[in-house]
Amino acid sequence: MAQFIDNIPSMDLMRSEKMTFAQLIIPVESAHRAVSYLGELGLFQFRDLNENKSPFQRTFINQVKRCAEMSRKLRFFKDQISKAGLMSSPHSVLQPDIELEELEYQLAEHEHELIELNSNSEKLRQSYNELLEFKIVLQKAFGFLASNHSHEFSERELEENVYLNDGYFDTASPLEKELKPGSSYQSGLRFISGMICKSKVLRFERMLFRATRGNMLFNQAAADELIEDPVSNEKIEKTVFVVFFSGEQARTKILKICESFGANCYPVPEDISKQRQISGEVSTRLSDLETTLDAGIRHRNKALASVECHLAKWMNMVRREKAVYDTLNMLNFDVTKKCLVGEGWCPVFAKLQIQEALQRATLDSSSQVGIIFHPMDAAESPPTYFRTNRFTSAYQEIVDAYGVARYEEANPAVYTVITFPFLFAVMFGDWGHGICLLLGALVLIARESRLSKERLGSFMEMLFGGRYVLLLMSLFSIYCGLIYNEFFSVPFHIFGKSAYSCRDASCRDAHTAGLVKLRDPYPFGVDPSWRGSRSELAFLNSLKMKMSILLGVAQMNLGIILSYFNAHYFSSSVDIRYQFVPQMIFLNSLFGYLSLLIVIKWCNGSQADLYHVMIYMFLSPTDNLGENQLFRGQRPLQIVLLLLALIAVPWMLFPKPFILKKLHHERFQGRTYGMLTTSEMDLEEEPDSARQHDEEFNFSEVFVHQMIHSIEFVLGAVSNTASYLRLWALSLAHSELSTVFYEKVLVLAWGYDNLVIRLVGLAVFAFATAFILLMMETLSAFLHALRLHWVEFQNKFYHGDGYKFRPFSFASLTEDDD
Amino acid sequence: MYGFEALTFNIHGGYLEAIVRGHRGGLLTAADYNNLCQCENLDDIKMHLSATEYGPYLQNEPSPLHTTTIVEKCTLKLVDDYKHMLCQATEPLSTFLEYITYGHMIDNVVLIVTGTLHERDVQELLEKCHPLGMFDSIATLAVAQNMRELYRLVLVDTPLAPYFSECITSDDLDDMNIEIMRNTLYKAYLEDFYRFCQKLGGATAEIMSDLLAFEADRRAVNITINSIGTELTRDDRRKLYSNFGLLYPYGHEELAVCEDIDQVRAAMEKYPPYQSIFAKLSYGESQMLDKAFYEEEVKRLCLAFEQQFHYAVFFAYMRLREQEIRNLMWISECVAQNQKSRVHDSVVFIF
Repeated sequence: MAQFIDNIPSMDLMRSEKMTFAQLIIPVESAHRAVSYLGELGLFQFRDLNENKSPFQRTFINQVKRCAEMSRKLRFFKDQISKAGLMSSPHSVLQPDIELEELEYQLAEHEHELIELNSNSEKLRQSYNELLEFKIVLQKAFGFLASNHSHEFSERELEENVYLNDGYFDTASPLEKELKPGSSYQSGLRFISGMICKSKVLRFERMLFRATRGNMLFNQAAADELIEDPVSNEKIEKTVFVVFFSGEQARTKILKICESFGANCYPVPEDISKQRQISGEVSTRLSDLETTLDAGIRHRNKALASVECHLAKWMNMVRREKAVYDTLNMLNFDVTKKCLVGEGWCPVFAKLQIQEALQRATLDSSSQVGIIFHPMDAAESPPTYFRTNRFTSAYQEIVDAYGVARYEEANPAVYTVITFPFLFAVMFGDWGHGICLLLGALVLIARESRLSKERLGSFMEMLFGGRYVLLLMSLFSIYCGLIYNEFFSVPFHIFGKSAYSCRDASCRDAHTAGLVKLRDPYPFGVDPSWRGSRSELAFLNSLKMKMSILLGVAQMNLGIILSYFNAHYFSSSVDIRYQFVPQMIFLNSLFGYLSLLIVIKWCNGSQADLYHVMIYMFLSPTDNLGENQLFRGQRPLQIVLLLLALIAVPWMLFPKPFILKKLHHERFQGRTYGMLTTSEMDLEEEPDSARQHDEEFNFSEVFVHQMIHSIEFVLGAVSNTASYLRLWALSLAHSELSTVFYEKVLVLAWGYDNLVIRLVGLAVFAFATAFILLMMETLSAFLHALRLHWVEFQNKFYHGDGYKFRPFSFASLTEDDD
Repeated sequence: MYGFEALTFNIHGGYLEAIVRGHRGGLLTAADYNNLCQCENLDDIKMHLSATEYGPYLQNEPSPLHTTTIVEKCTLKLVDDYKHMLCQATEPLSTFLEYITYGHMIDNVVLIVTGTLHERDVQELLEKCHPLGMFDSIATLAVAQNMRELYRLVLVDTPLAPYFSECITSDDLDDMNIEIMRNTLYKAYLEDFYRFCQKLGGATAEIMSDLLAFEADRRAVNITINSIGTELTRDDRRKLYSNFGLLYPYGHEELAVCEDIDQVRAAMEKYPPYQSIFAKLSYGESQMLDKAFYEEEVKRLCLAFEQQFHYAVFFAYMRLREQEIRNLMWISECVAQNQKSRVHDSVVFIF
């Protein structure tokens, strides 16, 4: 047996990559290049050797700061560019690589230029705004003043007509009218006009009212044009106001209030001709300014555009530089201060590539001294690194979400690739729904190259990441759907004719007396005639329940067998003898036997009651089975199996802790000093305690641990098998739900000879199918499949307490790092 | 209501309590302060802070930095936190949160009025105001010539209006007046806040009354010490003390007649909680009193987080953040002026 195991090909897929701990001794002059080459390669994980140093005590902190400063400038450019609306499609312009120093210089120059341009254009914009506001105020205020005057005149005219009537005023010439405002000024009525944000008008008016104790007249009119705020570049609605008041004190108060509200006051001459003159002047100056502003903006946009075509590349470059210096900060200076010493992990297969990259770095930086790369022993256990491709990575993610595998532990992801979609499909068996899922998955896969570049929402990203899981899930759903013979819950005669038919042509007694069997059994899957029959549920339940148990026992056995391979790989005979063997015996003597009974019952069509058999196997194992006997010698076999199961419990509970204790004593007997062991030796001897090999051996702890494990396994054997019944439950729920939607919505609606009702029925059916069956049910079946893998399957062998290999790699730098 | 908060508190307050406790977890730790104290220049401080919750606020600041920029950005973070919480809050929590800002409002009013008195530029003054204490028409404060105008023009629209009822006089504003106004306002504010918390009941009332009583007592001591040797009469001084707290009423009688710092000390040492504070100071010393009070306050604020289902955590968080920003300001000043030996003089650690 052991030989056979040794002879089977090594299971590379199942084990994580062999890792080695290595030390790099890099001369200072080639350090930067070496690290950036390693970053391009992305297969070396540096260890932080300066953990106890605060960030600003590290060696290359100045460079990191410079990079941070540069990326700040780049962010500033990006902000400016997006504000100017210049974000064009990313076109790659090939330009020669530039040095970091040069880039820094260029960036500083660009920033300086941009800031200057900005401040210039801001100033221009400010004066432009002022003029524009002045112009609007002139227009509007003129309206107020004019209406005011005419009002005044009419009143006055009335008075004068009544009292004077001597013809001096009633034939007031236009000239005199124009003089009138002057007279109103002399009478103490004055005004201030200006412009204020629309949102502040109400408060402004109230404040004015309070400050002048109501002795004022407030006129306002909305400005026709939006004024751009020079700071935020937003268009603001503004309102023109004219306040009439009297008295010097009120004037200072009002001016102060205007100032504190940020209202701009503009002097409007009361003289109409002067007004015209001024507004003419203002208009010409405005158009002048406009051309200057436009030129400024054109110039600024040109400058921004020249930055923009380099921006992506520069950002990438700065990001990389920063990463390189961050990594360099993890290295130590050696004693002579001429070399940097780095430590880290790399996969064994990458050794050559790394050495080659390091050599290239030495050559390129024309360093006299080569870079020394030599493997070392490490105290801690190596990181776990599985090489995945775009197909397997999603499955590896599913496993890693539970826990990253311990170094070189059997990787359940290998089996998950098939078992996960399959168990999903057992719960989601309907080939109509499966085809819908398949279409979705195919769309995602067809657009793979495009979608992978885009930034998707969190939900879409999840869906896209799992596209290959979705693909297999849908394929298996179609397969299981064909077995269940359900297409949106409707059975089809795909594989020939049904084996059953009615007793007579009228089929009247089909639901009472049943059908007669005519031909051989239906060749594939469930016979369509079961559909709608009296015993449909009983039949399907029995089928699915038994199938779930078979699948469950098979998967749990696989889990235990994997624990054997783990123990074998780590050469832990204790685990094989006192854990794997009794576990195998316990599970199979109870539930393996149940599976056997199920298969026998299926084969010979016996009517034995399996519940009864299993229950009385415990309660009274010696009794005669009677009509429930399935095969000869069943009773003695049951007794033997029961005894085996009973023996297996203490077998897995007691020996292991005692043996571990003995091993420990042997090893440390008669030694005052602890043995100097490498981690590999420890791993070989007892993988469970590899991490605490320098701790005191605590027997009670080990024993309690073993007790918990054994009890968990014994109880788990029952509860996990029961847990697999969820396959049956969900599949039942799915088919019943889709039957309800089909029969109670679609068929019912189709029964009416009314187009509207039919359409409504169709719509309801489509929505129910899409949202409840395709989305909710997929989700729930997915979660249940996940649980079956994480709990029922992986607890048999998977420790999942490793840590991931995170190499220093440029490819993994994303924009979020900024 | 007391004792049953656990049943209903989470309906409206649960989310925000979780938020505020999360913010509390983001306060700088001992290790952070340790590293900050070792910084050589302000860029180092920025670098260090970029790894904390202040990071996003400081990352786009160009070098060279100034202390004011750091403080401004850190305050911005506090204000953003506050605004977020206020947006999410329902009654009575939103009112509670608004109460927290009234203190800043009073300070801002006093700042602007004093500034205008000394003919400073309004814009310049506005920049110095604490952003939490801003209200719409704050700039208009400059128009007012006396208390009555101040009230009638501006403050009548603000939540501070009711507190003004005691200090409306037609006197022209001067430094002394303003200082008395500040303390009268503060007294009214604290009393109002105290009543409001009592009305809320439950753990909020219990913890907040403790915190507010401490605040009131501290103000009483400060008023006493600052008014020694000024023309403020004993009765006037007595009027500025808030009518609650551990010192009310007998302690106030004693403080009102104090003529020097040692008399204050004698009066305060009769109260066990304050005895420990004064025990740290040598006789005749008053400079370190502020720090001692701050330390005691921080200790009490931290204790507020020990209990669940009450609003005092919001008050405590805001105060702790403010203390942290004061610490950062002090550290940055020390670093900027190369006085690193004095860093520990005024930093109040929050842990």
